[in-house]
Amino acid sequence: MLELEGVSAAYGAVRALDRVDLKVEAGEIVTLVGANGAGKTTLLMTICGRPRAISGSVRLRGQDITRLPTHRIAALGVAHAPEGRRIFARMSVRENLQLGARLAPAANLKTNLDSVLALFPRLGERIDQRGGTLSGGEQQMLAIGRALMAEPELLLLDEPSLGLAPLIVRQIFAAIARINRERGTAILLVEQNAHHALRLAHRGYVLATGRVVMEGPAAELAANADIQTAYLGKLSA
Amino acid sequence: MAYFIQQLINGLTLGAIYGLIAIGYTMVYGIIGMINFAHGEIYMIGAFVALIAVLAFTSAGIASIPLLLIVVIVAAMVVAGLYGWAIERLIYRPLRGAPRLAPLISAIGLSIFLQQYVQLTQGGRVKTLPPLMPGGFTLMRGDDGFAVGISNFQIVVFVLTVVLMAGLTLIINRTELGRAQRAAASDPVMAALCGIDVDRTISVTFVIGAALAAVAGVMVVLYYGVIDFFIGFLAGLKAFTAAVLGGVGSLPGALLGGLVLGLVESFWSAYADAAYKDVAAYAILVLVLIFRPSGLLGRPEIEKV
Repeated sequence: MLELEGVSAAYGAVRALDRVDLKVEAGEIVTLVGANGAGKTTLLMTICGRPRAISGSVRLRGQDITRLPTHRIAALGVAHAPEGRRIFARMSVRENLQLGARLAPAANLKTNLDSVLALFPRLGERIDQRGGTLSGGEQQMLAIGRALMAEPELLLLDEPSLGLAPLIVRQIFAAIARINRERGTAILLVEQNAHHALRLAHRGYVLATGRVVMEGPAAELAANADIQTAYLGKLSA
Repeated sequence: MAYFIQQLINGLTLGAIYGLIAIGYTMVYGIIGMINFAHGEIYMIGAFVALIAVLAFTSAGIASIPLLLIVVIVAAMVVAGLYGWAIERLIYRPLRGAPRLAPLISAIGLSIFLQQYVQLTQGGRVKTLPPLMPGGFTLMRGDDGFAVGISNFQIVVFVLTVVLMAGLTLIINRTELGRAQRAAASDPVMAALCGIDVDRTISVTFVIGAALAAVAGVMVVLYYGVIDFFIGFLAGLKAFTAAVLGGVGSLPGALLGGLVLGLVESFWSAYADAAYKDVAAYAILVLVLIFRPSGLLGRPEIEKV
């Protein structure tokens, strides 16, 4: 589905990704874990062409998308719920969802809206409220909902749990699992909360200072003692 | 009292014209955060297209005024729209991401270029046009016998401004295009992630702004009947003042700012000294920038964290 080969990216002179190889198969949840500043967010944005990879290639269903403009990549079925959620604060929840729906056939708008509201009933209660007035958890639901409105084949999620109360985090993760199970959407999930992410994902990659330092089935990574001490913090439970 | 009402009508006419130009400033600023100082020249080009179209039309022997009005307005909007599109594509797009000063200086250079280009191709002398729509109504008569009138063309100006503003508001608030424009204005990266072609959206914004400025140009050439290659400079500055007064980035603000400015100029000319009406207009700009930099309807700039 998605294949990165030797992808490097940089902000000016600062190299953020160094020859990253990564794959996401259809229907798979893959998680990308690692410390702050490891390059996780950059990796997701590079898939979308912002910043563009300075070397290597990004392929989607075999098609090279490395040099495509961001909106064309989105049109190929990649939806992104990015870092910081980036809700359109002055627009209503409905308008935010409509913006997400631009790439899906207009005839599906109603059913897609209903299914997002079924997944996140809270958004239904707030449908005419401005995006900027939502709580952090609701904004995260809106960011994911907006991405789903495009009927993506690949969903990129950047730290959906950041700054949220544990109860909300559980709801969000349950929703992610449901999206993958019911729609078969492939998901590339970036998380700092590695315990949670590895429990949810099929496979995982560990990123450190822009390089992939480890990869494998999520269960194996979660059990790996090195990762536990280096990236997951000491497990006391 | 009668004299006052007459000045009110004249001021609102002038203000509607300023408002239509100001919308172009405010829309472009909203979406790419730059002041397009060549915008006044687009208005001037619109006026010249109108002049040429009227002359071509009347020399062809067609006498229907409503038909003429429609043809002239459409011609001016189309030509000015093309200019707006080309300017964005050729001058501003290559400078996107450059330091803010670069597009600003380019805009000023472009403005001089367009003035000189029109002077060379159309001549430097003042062009005049006899009134096409004479006549009007006497609304009331003052105690001193002063007749308050509204000309037919003033009515056209009001109706056209209201229709265009209503149409634009509808486009911005209710259509897919308008949503894309607002999204691109507030977060271009996220807009692109939603599949919006941000460059195309910016192009469309320039075209709309230019087309509205062209309508203002048509109005001026038909209302005052006197234009030259330099009218864009002053009108551009006035409309910029109107946009700042209303709050740059706010569409209703642009129209409101235009109307306030038109009224100030009109009343200043009537009750103070007409020679100083520009001083009054720019004094407003200075006062707004000192005391309310975000304008009458603008939102204060909030630093994003």
